[in-house]
Amino acid sequence: MPGRIRAISWSQILSPVAASNTTQSPLRQSRLPRSCLSANLTPADPAQPGERLSSNSPPKADLFVTCIIDQLYPQVGVSVVRVLRRLGVDLSFQEDQTCCGQPLYNAGYSKKARTLARRVLDTFEDSEYVVVPSGSCAAMMRVFYLDLFRDDPAMLKQAELLSSKVYEFSQFLTSVLGAEDTGSTYSGTATYHPSCHLLREMKVRDEPQSLLRSVSGLELTDLPGAETCCGFGGAFSIKFPHISEGMLADKVENVVSTGADTLVSCDMGCLMQIGGGLSRQDSEIKVRHLAQVLDQDHSSNS
Amino acid sequence: MADIKTKDFSKASAVSILDPQLRRALRQVGTGFDAARRAAIDEVSPKLWDEWREEARRIKIHSLDHLDYYLDLLEQNVTKAGGHVHFAKDAAQANDIMAELVRTRNIKIATKSKSMVSEELSLNPALEAQGVDVYETDLGEYIIQLAEETPFHLVAPALHKTKEQVAQLFTDKLGIPYNDDINALAAAARLALREKFLQADLGISGANFLVAETGTLVIITNEGNGRLSTSAPRIHVGITGMEKVIPSLQDLAVFLRLLPRSATGQRITSYVSMITGPRRADDEDGPEEFHLIIVDNGRSKMLADPDLREALYCIRCGACLNICPVYQKVGGHAYGWVYPGPIGAIVTPSLVGLKEAQDLPQASSLCGACREVCPVNINIPRMLLHLRQKSAESPDPSERSAGLVPNLLAEGYTRVMRSPALLSASHKLGRWQQNVWAAMPFFPFSKKGGMIRKASLPLLSRWTRMRDLPELPKETFRDIWKKDLKEGP
Repeated sequence: MPGRIRAISWSQILSPVAASNTTQSPLRQSRLPRSCLSANLTPADPAQPGERLSSNSPPKADLFVTCIIDQLYPQVGVSVVRVLRRLGVDLSFQEDQTCCGQPLYNAGYSKKARTLARRVLDTFEDSEYVVVPSGSCAAMMRVFYLDLFRDDPAMLKQAELLSSKVYEFSQFLTSVLGAEDTGSTYSGTATYHPSCHLLREMKVRDEPQSLLRSVSGLELTDLPGAETCCGFGGAFSIKFPHISEGMLADKVENVVSTGADTLVSCDMGCLMQIGGGLSRQDSEIKVRHLAQVLDQDHSSNS
Repeated sequence: MADIKTKDFSKASAVSILDPQLRRALRQVGTGFDAARRAAIDEVSPKLWDEWREEARRIKIHSLDHLDYYLDLLEQNVTKAGGHVHFAKDAAQANDIMAELVRTRNIKIATKSKSMVSEELSLNPALEAQGVDVYETDLGEYIIQLAEETPFHLVAPALHKTKEQVAQLFTDKLGIPYNDDINALAAAARLALREKFLQADLGISGANFLVAETGTLVIITNEGNGRLSTSAPRIHVGITGMEKVIPSLQDLAVFLRLLPRSATGQRITSYVSMITGPRRADDEDGPEEFHLIIVDNGRSKMLADPDLREALYCIRCGACLNICPVYQKVGGHAYGWVYPGPIGAIVTPSLVGLKEAQDLPQASSLCGACREVCPVNINIPRMLLHLRQKSAESPDPSERSAGLVPNLLAEGYTRVMRSPALLSASHKLGRWQQNVWAAMPFFPFSKKGGMIRKASLPLLSRWTRMRDLPELPKETFRDIWKKDLKEGP
C-alpha cells in the first residue's frame, strides 16, 4: 500500500476570506437559495394588458425621449408624441431631461452613471408613467438602475419606484393602453429587428410585431437570425469596430435577404448601426422606428 | 499556467475574424451545437427546462455557500473509499503534487482524458519535465496536442481544424499515409492511443462533478477514453477545480439532464462514469490508487467577491460560446488563454488578473444571449459590467486600468449631460463644426445624401470604416417640442 504523499487540508489552502465567507451547514439542510444574485434585481411586473382601459381619465405619461432621438433622430420623437396623443395619452416632456447614464454604466463608470441617474430619478419622481422609445434606455431605467443603486437603500427605493413606472414604447402601447390596432396605415413590406435589451431585459418579444401586423397595407416578413445582436453595443462599436462590423455584415445580409423595403426596430442605436451598414451598400431599404410606422402621417418622415 | 496572451485580444481577433476557414468552422457552433441544444429543450418542453435550470442554480448556490462543509465531507468520503485528496492553492502547487506522485511511483507514461483545469495549470509540460510521456486521449485534445495548440472551444477543442488539416497532421506526426476520411482518421488515433492505454502507469482525468456525500468523481464523455484512462493504468489522478463539488447523488441527476443537452443537444452522453475510490478487493479491474487534486488557483478570490461568485456555478457546457455573436466571429484562440467565450471573459480575468485581460469584459455588445442559454442561469452580462466597473474605478491599482482618454471622455460626457444648457450648446457647436468641415476644400469627411460617409476624425473614423453616419439635424427634439408640440396636437 503506497503511502499518502502529503496531507494538506483545504482550509490551509483556501484564502481566509473565502473560508470565512462560507458557513458550515449539515448536508441537505437547506435546498433553498440563500442569496440569488439576480433576486433583488428583478423589476416589477409590467401592468396587465388593458389595466388602464377601465379608468376614465386619460393616462398621463412623461416622455423620456433618449439622447439619440433628441440629438440625431428628432422626427422619431415627433412620431412618438403623435402616436401617443392619438391614442389619448396626456403626454408631457420634461425639458431638462438629458441622458439615462447607460453609456457611462456600460463603460464601467458607475459613479458618473449614478450622477446622471439621480437627475432622471428626480425628474420623473412624480410621473405616473415614463414612456421610453428605446428598449435599451428603458432597460437602463427599469433594470440596471436597481444594480446601480444596490448599495444605497434610500436611492434604491426611488429606483424601484421609477422601475415600476418605466415602459418601452411598444410595451406601453400594448400593456398599459391595451392597444391592439393603432389604426395606422403603411404601404410596403417590413421586417422587424428585435433589439437585445428590449428582448432580454425588458422581455418584450411579440408586442412590436403584433402592432406591426395591425397596420393596414403593411406586410410583415420574418427576419432570419432576428434575435442575433446587430453588433451596435454602444461604445463596443467603436472599441472593437472589426467585431461590430462582422456582426453587422450578417445582420445586413439577413435584412436584405427578406426582400423587405423597410426595416423596423424599437431602438435607434440598432437602426443607426444597421441603417449605416445598409446606406454604405447604397441599399434602398428604409429604416424606421416602430413609432414612425404607427404614425399615420408617416410621409413626413421619409 | 498556460501562456497568457490575453493582452493581444484586439490584434488576435482582428486576424482571426478574417480567416475564411475559421468562419466556416464557427458557423457549425450556431447551426450544429446551438440548433441541437434548442431541439433538445423543445423535446423536454421549455417550461420543464426552466424548472431544471432553477433547480441546478439552487444546488450551485447552496454548494458554494457551504463550500467548506462540502469539501470536508468530500475529503472524508474519498478517504473512506480508499482514495487520497490533495488540495492545491495554485498551479505550481498542483503541479508539484503531481510531480511528487510521478516521481515516487516511477511513472513513465500517462494517458489523459479531457480536462480544462489541466490546461489551466499547464500540467502536461510539468509532467514532461519529470520525464513522463503524456498522451491526450480525447480525440479533439489529441489533435491539438499534436498540433501544439490550446483548445478552441470548451467542449470541442479542435473545432477549428478541418479533416484535411488533421490528416496532414497525422501524416506529419504519426508517419502514416495521408487519408482524410474521418473514420480512417478516428481509427488511426484509436490505434495509436490503444497502445498507450495499455502501457500507461498513470491515468489523469478531470471531473464534471464531485459528489460530497459519496466521495464520487463524475465524468461525462462521448469517447471511451475517459473510462480507459481511469481504469486501465495502475494509478488514477483526478484533477479539478474546487467549485465542482455538489452535495449528493440526488443533486447530480438534474445536472446530468442539463449538461449534455446544453453542450451538444444529447439526452445523455455515451459514457457517464462515477468513480469512487480505487479498485476494491472484489473488483475485477480498476486502479490500485486513486488521488484527487482539488485546485483553487484563484477560485477562492472569486468566491469571496459577490460580483464574481456566480461564475463558479458554470458547468462548462459551452452553450454561451455557441450562441455568442462575438465568439462566433473571433473564435476561441483570440481570447488568449484556456477559457474562451462569454464565460471565459469572466473566468479568465478573475484567474489571470483583470489588468492582464482587461479587453475581454469589454469585447461584448452585452446582448445577453449567453445568459438566456445558460443552464444555470448565470447573469454573464451583469458580471461583465461589474468587471468593467473594476477596470474603470476600482480603488485597487492592480485592477484599475482605464486610460486617460476614456477617463476624460467619461468626465466630459458627464459634465455635458448634467446640464441641458451645455447639451444644447454642444449640439449647436457640433452642427456648426459639421457645416465648416463640409465647406472645407479638402474636407475631412465626405457625404452622400444625408449621411456622412467618411469622417477622418478620432473615434468617428472607426464608425465610418464600414458604416455611414447620420448628420446632426438642424433642430433637436427638444427644439421641436418647444416650437410645435408643447401646446399639442
